[in-house]
Amino acid sequence: MSVAQDKLDNASSELDAHVREIVQWHFDPETGCPFWLDYAKKLDFDPCEKIHSYDDLALLGHFEDEWLRGGPVRQWVPKAYANDPIYVFETGGSTGLPKYRINVRDFQTDYALYSESLSEEGFPKGADWLMLGPSGPRRLRLAVEHLAQLRGGICFMVDLDPRWVNRLIRDGKMREMEAYKAHVVDQALKVLKAHENVQCVFTTPKLLEALSEKVSLPQLGIKGIFCGGTEMNAQFHRFAREELVPGIDFIPTYGNTLMGLACCKPFDPVDDYAIIYYPPQPRAVIELVDPDDPTRKVDYGETGRVMLTTLTKEFFMPRFLERDEAERAEAIEHYPWDGVENLRLLTQMNESVVVGVY
Amino acid sequence: MINLPLLRAGQPYTSLDTVEVLHIATGEPLVNVSQANRGLIARDLLAMGKNREALQAHSVAELLIICKKAAELFSTAELPLGDGTQTPDDYIVQVSGTTGLPQSLARANMAKIHLVFDEMAAVLDGLTRGLDLAVLDTGQNIQDGRPLSYVSLARALGCILPSNSPGVHSLWLPAIPLKTPLVLKPGREEPWTPYRIAQALIAAGCPPQALSFYPTDHGGSAEILLRSGRSLLFGGGATVEPWLQDPGVQIHGPGRSKIIIGADKIDHWEQYLDLMVTSIVANGGRSCINASGIWVPAHAREIAEALGERLSQIHARPLDDPEAQLAAFANPEMPHKLSALIDAQMGNAAQDMARGKNERVAEAGGGTFLNPTLIHVDNYEHPLANGEYLFPFAAVVETPQQALVERIGPTLVATALTEDEQLIQQLLASPHVERLNLGPIPTNKLSWDQPHEGNLFDFLYQQRALQRMAG
Repeated sequence: MSVAQDKLDNASSELDAHVREIVQWHFDPETGCPFWLDYAKKLDFDPCEKIHSYDDLALLGHFEDEWLRGGPVRQWVPKAYANDPIYVFETGGSTGLPKYRINVRDFQTDYALYSESLSEEGFPKGADWLMLGPSGPRRLRLAVEHLAQLRGGICFMVDLDPRWVNRLIRDGKMREMEAYKAHVVDQALKVLKAHENVQCVFTTPKLLEALSEKVSLPQLGIKGIFCGGTEMNAQFHRFAREELVPGIDFIPTYGNTLMGLACCKPFDPVDDYAIIYYPPQPRAVIELVDPDDPTRKVDYGETGRVMLTTLTKEFFMPRFLERDEAERAEAIEHYPWDGVENLRLLTQMNESVVVGVY
Repeated sequence: MINLPLLRAGQPYTSLDTVEVLHIATGEPLVNVSQANRGLIARDLLAMGKNREALQAHSVAELLIICKKAAELFSTAELPLGDGTQTPDDYIVQVSGTTGLPQSLARANMAKIHLVFDEMAAVLDGLTRGLDLAVLDTGQNIQDGRPLSYVSLARALGCILPSNSPGVHSLWLPAIPLKTPLVLKPGREEPWTPYRIAQALIAAGCPPQALSFYPTDHGGSAEILLRSGRSLLFGGGATVEPWLQDPGVQIHGPGRSKIIIGADKIDHWEQYLDLMVTSIVANGGRSCINASGIWVPAHAREIAEALGERLSQIHARPLDDPEAQLAAFANPEMPHKLSALIDAQMGNAAQDMARGKNERVAEAGGGTFLNPTLIHVDNYEHPLANGEYLFPFAAVVETPQQALVERIGPTLVATALTEDEQLIQQLLASPHVERLNLGPIPTNKLSWDQPHEGNLFDFLYQQRALQRMAG
């Protein structure tokens, strides 16, 4: 079903207005962060004058991930938030040093917006949650807890260190990895058996599989599963709905520390289990570009490299070339902007990165 | 295009995740292979105990009859293949098309699988040294007046399979009459043979539950290795590294098979040239039982020159040429990379006595090949002395006889040309040699009443102490 042109135009206009607001904010000495204020000094133009739209962000080139890998982390704190409590979250660290991103309230905002996409049937208000996923320096731990609290629930936690799992895989210690997985799942089982009001679960695809081997989640009263953390394909989606957790509201989600949280297109049998994500525009934009020529946006259905732009008052990250690829998907009524289908690790990086361990 | 499903305990399942496998010569997609996700395999393996019961319901004698029927069906019948069917001729063309094995060799491999199925009783005799296999039906027996009992160590036999040559699949066939379900992960380019074997067995009356076929990725393979109880893992290097110390995983890596000529026979080396050529070249040099080393106490250079001359007469030919002896590579870049690797390792201490590096890579009928390569090395520690590649490749190594056996290193098959009792005794005592041929037996010639590459029966079963007393 195609989306009305005026709806697409409105979304585009809203995005351009948001870009202007965010650029003004980050390049204003009263509100911006030291990194961008210093960066502006090296430019031969004033971003506030020249950047009026999303397309104009090309003037800034591509955000480089190395900028986030080292300190000082305070260079990213906008002056406007200098006196607020600051969180720092880390990316996976599967490509070397992790990237560090500061947060004030973004993670709460992202998850509050995401909460609006969840159904009352699958994720009832007042239901408690189990968070069975990567904890430690990752945003997920706090974010899922905030989501549960927003919906009137209490969130039970299980520790998981995915970097340890990565290391076990790199060292070829497969039996140890299994033992660690069993240790994590055992803790989750205790929570599920002891607390009847746990009706919602956040977990990763592999942990969902491991958990479902031990118990029937529908029989335990689980109504909704928010699944993310690693890539999922259509086959996994189908397997989850048909065999792992039939009857449960299963919501695949794509999120990361740099972007926030992308929502999945509501399940529709005609999609044949394809997983199509829509970024939280205008707070973040995903554009799919030709890996060999990132100035070219790919056509609908064509595979492209993810180029991510984050546009919040806490964090400005223009045109960052991610390590993921996907096919460009058409806008839908609920999300009148481009989506991404079949998101996965960039083909060129397949052999050098250990992912999907948790 | 053919769509090849998974077999989940014998039941076809078409995955949303598929891999297209191309014809080596034409580049056309030949088959779209369903891929199993890791969790699906794990879930299915939870039910393996039940699948095993279906197989246990048949006696070994009944399963041997099923194997006989399967032999015939595998070689002659039109069997299910995804949403269509496959004749034996289709199978030959398809195997050849995706693996690069010449059709003539694919046919020879088909005959080998037929033979193992057909002679399964003799194969089991070889594996068990004549044990009355009724003991597997009843759990206990009396042999020579003593109680005898065996316990199964595996819920299933997991097989992480290679793509190099269909004949290798004959290794795991005895699992079925040994009442152990099979969980097969085919090589990317060779889904054909495991699938056809499974269909032949099902058509012959084997319980479908005993046959699972899961094309999958590394994660899925790990799941099979972790859960089957007993597994065969084909591969080398990083693939097998995590499993080297795992008692449940039997590694089938490079064979590094050798021909050894004793000092008593070395002056007559010319009479063994045909044996050497056959051992190096048979089956396109793709098997672990192909000789990749000729170890001698003298005359190494003359042997290398003569062998090089013989091997240089073998040319790449199109895959449908009945005279074809060489196999094409699925990845056309691989021959160039391998040839460069060999050159880089040669240095000044080695020489290619076949054609030389400029003629090593060859093209024919749309395929890319490596011509036979015969390296003369000047010492046993040269990096190519124990090299093995997926084409006819061998090194001639000269080393004093008294040090030879300790220097050969791990050797799947050693053919020893000697009547020197001391050398024979050294070889018999050597833990390096897995299969020993004494006399002019090509390394690739197998006797099916002898265990090969580990004893599958000993791997799947353990003898249990059993005492009974009335009262």
